[in-house]
Amino acid sequence: MRRKIAAALLCLCLTALCGCHGSRGMSAFAIPEEFDETKTYELTFWAKNDTNKRQTAVYEKAIADFEELYPNIKVNMRLYTDYGRIYNDVITNISTGTTPDICITYPDHIATYMTGTNVVVPLDELFADEKYGLGGNELKYDGPRQDEIIPQFLDECAIGGTHYALPYMRSTEALYINRDYVEALGYEVPDVVTWDFMFDVAEAAMAKDEAGVFLINGQKIMIPVIYKSTDNMMIQMLRQKNAGYSDADGNIAIFNDTTRELLETVAVHAKSGAFSTFKISSYPANFLNAGQCIFAIDSTAGATWMGSKAPLADIPADQFVDFETVVRMVPQFDPEHPQMISQGPSVCIFNKPDSQRVLAAWLFAQYLLTNDVQIGYAETEGYVPVTSKARNTDTYQAYLEEAGTDGNLHYDIKIQASRILLDNVQYTFTTPVFNGSASLRDAAGQLIEKVTKSVRRKETIDDAYMEKLFADVTALYRLDQKQGGAAYTEDSLGPLPAASKALLAGLCGVWVLILGYLAWDYRRRSS
Amino acid sequence: MKKFLTAAVAMMMLAGCSNTPKPTPTPEPEQDYAAKSEGVMTFAEYDAAELDTKVTIEAYVLGHQSWWNDKVTVYAQDPDGAYFLYELPCSEEDAAKLVEGQKIKVTGYKSEWAGEVEITFDEGDMTALEIEEGNWIAEAVNADEFWGSPDLITMQNRKVYFTGVTVEDYTTDEDGATGAAFAYKNPTDKTDDLYVQLTKGDTTYEFCVEYYLCNEETDVYKAVEALNIGDVVDVEGFLYWYNGPNLHITAVGAAE
Repeated sequence: MRRKIAAALLCLCLTALCGCHGSRGMSAFAIPEEFDETKTYELTFWAKNDTNKRQTAVYEKAIADFEELYPNIKVNMRLYTDYGRIYNDVITNISTGTTPDICITYPDHIATYMTGTNVVVPLDELFADEKYGLGGNELKYDGPRQDEIIPQFLDECAIGGTHYALPYMRSTEALYINRDYVEALGYEVPDVVTWDFMFDVAEAAMAKDEAGVFLINGQKIMIPVIYKSTDNMMIQMLRQKNAGYSDADGNIAIFNDTTRELLETVAVHAKSGAFSTFKISSYPANFLNAGQCIFAIDSTAGATWMGSKAPLADIPADQFVDFETVVRMVPQFDPEHPQMISQGPSVCIFNKPDSQRVLAAWLFAQYLLTNDVQIGYAETEGYVPVTSKARNTDTYQAYLEEAGTDGNLHYDIKIQASRILLDNVQYTFTTPVFNGSASLRDAAGQLIEKVTKSVRRKETIDDAYMEKLFADVTALYRLDQKQGGAAYTEDSLGPLPAASKALLAGLCGVWVLILGYLAWDYRRRSS
Repeated sequence: MKKFLTAAVAMMMLAGCSNTPKPTPTPEPEQDYAAKSEGVMTFAEYDAAELDTKVTIEAYVLGHQSWWNDKVTVYAQDPDGAYFLYELPCSEEDAAKLVEGQKIKVTGYKSEWAGEVEITFDEGDMTALEIEEGNWIAEAVNADEFWGSPDLITMQNRKVYFTGVTVEDYTTDEDGATGAAFAYKNPTDKTDDLYVQLTKGDTTYEFCVEYYLCNEETDVYKAVEALNIGDVVDVEGFLYWYNGPNLHITAVGAAE
């Protein structure tokens, strides 16, 4: 019996130790001295496109060109049209050790991936590597040096002072305006549109005749303001108001008086029908192009869908109306000090047991920053290249100069949208990245979505409503469970969770029992 | 035709398109499957309800898209009308119970998105779905008479079929004629919807194989991939709407 107890204790102990071993993850990546070209590497690349075949073609060409340079590397691409799905799939695959090698993603998401040990490869040493780093002398292509990556965009990829991604493309949001309707209502579109201006025009557009037809467009449908990404809407409004959102340590500050005021403004215009969102009504571009919206706010990366001559469209041709489209930066509270979000895909690489394979992944990730890929992809939408090296080429400058010369590659609305970011990089910002920042972003959008829906459902928006809303959103997105700060060093992961403490206590107990048993057994044998 | 489609659907549905044998439509009802529990709207009441009002309905599952992130999008119908339940909060365990014919009770908000009248839900409201006792399988309804007519919208969300429609060259404004009978939303690894344009008379509609309803492993996905321009086919599915009719195809085959 005693033997059985001892064996059971040992088993328990080994099981516990095995559990600990499993949670330690992989060893940190170390850069090999040389890239081994005698072996073949098959890499998985998870990418995202915007339902735009040209983007797919750019990726495919990049892979083909890269494989020609490095015949021992094969890149298999899996395309997504939704960042959320990539995020979910990566999380699932971390637990099974089957992450992709290279992945297009957002820094917010990387922060969550990093809750595993050595899952995402830190890139600073790779950046600086003389042979294979940025602009390295062993590269088989003309990649950018670190100082040729737009510093602001590169900084966005740093978490806790360490870079875990490369910027791939950047965009911001833009305000796409039906100028004809604005002027018909007696207004002029200013260079910088304020929130007040936009909502004033929007309310003026709500006038109807007795039959319920809107006077401005002669149709029964008119939603003057439609916002695609309400998380960005709330984030930018708060930033422009210098109000709280979060800090780099993951402290949540979004539930403040300014947020309440902003939501009350949203409620007013949702109630009149002057404001709606993508989630509630559908794509802003479809309403804009059908003459059913005056201010469509969407990413510059959606510019090819905007305007009465948009090359991409989701509505039948006979629903288009003819109007002049103008593009402006997102609405501002202080036009003298504009602020706008910087967004767009970044690329990270995942750690693998074979450091040569990781190096191969790094070579491909870096290849995505070469001029042909950067310019090719940027031209598919209102994106901008992330390197000065690509931006300063004659090819890219000529592309910008030729805006409006055709309705497709040089579609003027798309190039105007790109210029919004190119001309205003100094006014862009990003939000702090920490484990949980992706949830906070979702919560920011949910506040606007929820208020807009509630107004439409004729609920009362008052202090009690706001209190409940804040509490509900806090619970839904688990914002009361701080999940970690931005500094992801081994010694700064914060206090151990209760479950871990209990496990360690259990282990100690097991060892005490084992040692106690051995001591008792020894004494018994001695006597 | 009905026999063909019934047989085809039986092979093709995966949660709507699975390859497992599918029950045949319920024979002439012995009970009133349109009857509602207390506090539940009839379809007529639902149809008359204003947008953004709270609604409670009972219906029978036609099919559903893949469960993800504690949500599932469900196609449902009762003998009087059909419902599209967009991102219904639901555990994975309950999603597994949403087999064709299963009776459910749902509380949400009547909404409209790009012309699609649907029921939407508060984020994370796990009380929105109740799985009830009862089973009824809707038979696909011939909707040929509505092709090209504004009245097609009266069939919205129902399980319908159209006969004798012609496969067009899949053309987009961007590319012009492609010489292909269909288009992938994601041609590289087929992880997204599949589009096809079908014509009868003067009217062409764009329908799709919704990836999360019928993925690339299903027979219907493969059948659409095998279409040729000019083929005349019969097509069945759930009459979704996206700025116009946008059938989510569950079966397709040569016209009888």
